[in-house]
Amino acid sequence: MALISLKNVQYIYMEKTPLEREAIKDISLDIGKGESIGIIGKTGSGKSTLIQLISGLLYPTQGEIFIKDRDIKKWNSKELCKIIGIVFQYPEYQFFAETVFEEVAFGPRNVGIPDEELENCVREALTTVGLSYEEIKDRSPFNLSGGEKRRLAIASILAMNPEVLILDEPTANLDPKGKVEIMNYINKWVQSRNKTLILVSHDLDEIIRTVKRVIVLKEGKIIFDGPIEKLFLNYEKIEEAELELPEILKLRKVLEDKGYPLEGAFTVHEIVERIVAFKEHISIWKS
Amino acid sequence: MIQLRNVSYVYHEGTTQEKVALKDVNIEIPSPSFLAIIGANGSGKSTFARLLNGLLIPTHGDVIVDGLNSKDFENLWEIRKKVGLVFQNPDNQIIGMTVEEDVAFGCENLGLPPKEIEERIDFALKSVGMEEYRKYPPHLLSGGQKQRIAIAGILAMLPKYIVLDEPTTMLDPKGRKEIMGVVKKLYKEEKTSIILITHHMEEVVWADRIAVFNKGEIVLEGSPKEIFMKDEKLEEWGLSVPLVTKLSKCLVERGFKIPHPILTIEELSTWL
Repeated sequence: MALISLKNVQYIYMEKTPLEREAIKDISLDIGKGESIGIIGKTGSGKSTLIQLISGLLYPTQGEIFIKDRDIKKWNSKELCKIIGIVFQYPEYQFFAETVFEEVAFGPRNVGIPDEELENCVREALTTVGLSYEEIKDRSPFNLSGGEKRRLAIASILAMNPEVLILDEPTANLDPKGKVEIMNYINKWVQSRNKTLILVSHDLDEIIRTVKRVIVLKEGKIIFDGPIEKLFLNYEKIEEAELELPEILKLRKVLEDKGYPLEGAFTVHEIVERIVAFKEHISIWKS
Repeated sequence: MIQLRNVSYVYHEGTTQEKVALKDVNIEIPSPSFLAIIGANGSGKSTFARLLNGLLIPTHGDVIVDGLNSKDFENLWEIRKKVGLVFQNPDNQIIGMTVEEDVAFGCENLGLPPKEIEERIDFALKSVGMEEYRKYPPHLLSGGQKQRIAIAGILAMLPKYIVLDEPTTMLDPKGRKEIMGVVKKLYKEEKTSIILITHHMEEVVWADRIAVFNKGEIVLEGSPKEIFMKDEKLEEWGLSVPLVTKLSKCLVERGFKIPHPILTIEELSTWL
């Protein structure tokens, strides 16, 4: 049984108006428990529409979506948000509470977590993203630093303990260290609890480091769905989707053109080892 | 030249929310030059940007733009003509109903004659490669295109210095490339001084000088090569070096005879 299943899903914005636009065209897709999936595609390829469909914020114009074998339209929204948690782009723009505690407690309280369990729930969520409960709980969310705000926004979704976590560009606008930190916290949470992760990102280097399966969208259609190693075996799909190659592959491509055998190398370390081995091989052969 | 002399900036001074954003910053930015500013979130970069055109006035010290001190209220108009500021989010900067109206806004406020405004719009839109979109409504443009319009609006005022505060963070890789192309061209062809604040280490290798901010202070200043030599220091400050620099350093450690640091992929490929 797939956790999430899309069958011939189509979505049209402003249907039957002159501004009608087909954002998702006939997508079928199964997502299993514990999978980590990256969704990539250029601006306007349908990424945001797809994750809104999966989280029940939009209903398909045609086709069906099943969550745990039950039609998504039949789920009560409070029940659904215990299963699927979505963190939007720039989630800190949605802060509204006066204190960090209230910000994180809002979701759990709304789905009926009793008051006596709330404190623990909030404490755990904040700790997961590396924020100290005692230091931060009474502060205003609006006075935190950029990195802290982002972590708080993610914590407020983690507090709901969803089975599926959907993140839309979770590290946009953070400094290099902040990016790595946030992804580490998220990965730890996902792996230790065997959660399902769906990551939307323009940063293909981040996708490479995080997920096992990638879905590439182009003009509302899936043009690739498979293991990440397979996507990067050749550069065609990335070019077809009009995406920029990740830095690591730009580097690899130039070196491959120079004759170094680097197929399947995805990290700086792997590339270095291959070059060293290749040079040694050449020098033995020459002597 | 823009000079900062012992500049400090404190937000909410004298309250419980007091926060020192910049501490005793000294720097000279000659014209023309291309200065990149890097630093972790909260290191004072955006405060620095807002001090350069008098949007913020230093709590202590002086900001002097071509001899004009931003402390004197009478100088502000002149300083803002010289120093244009482009922010992160293009959606927050666009006010016109059409692209040309938006680009004209700054010039109209300068009280220029309509004919000259026309010419400047032509020039500005051409410089950012958006001349075909002159009559277009801005909200139908992509993020990269909107940001180019925001830059054009600043260009039309013919500033001597353009300060860009993380202009590409909200854009996709294609939009980022578009903006970096425009920035490089402005510096090379128009001799506009560029002050670029960014988190993308791959963008700063084009600058002729980099200043590194940490906790409100300039902790390092130098050419890209000099800066990226100090990879361990940079990591301490929450920053990183370009991937190609990391790779070439590993190769050097493994006995390869190549220079260090290498900043671009093209450079590396000539050595291997």
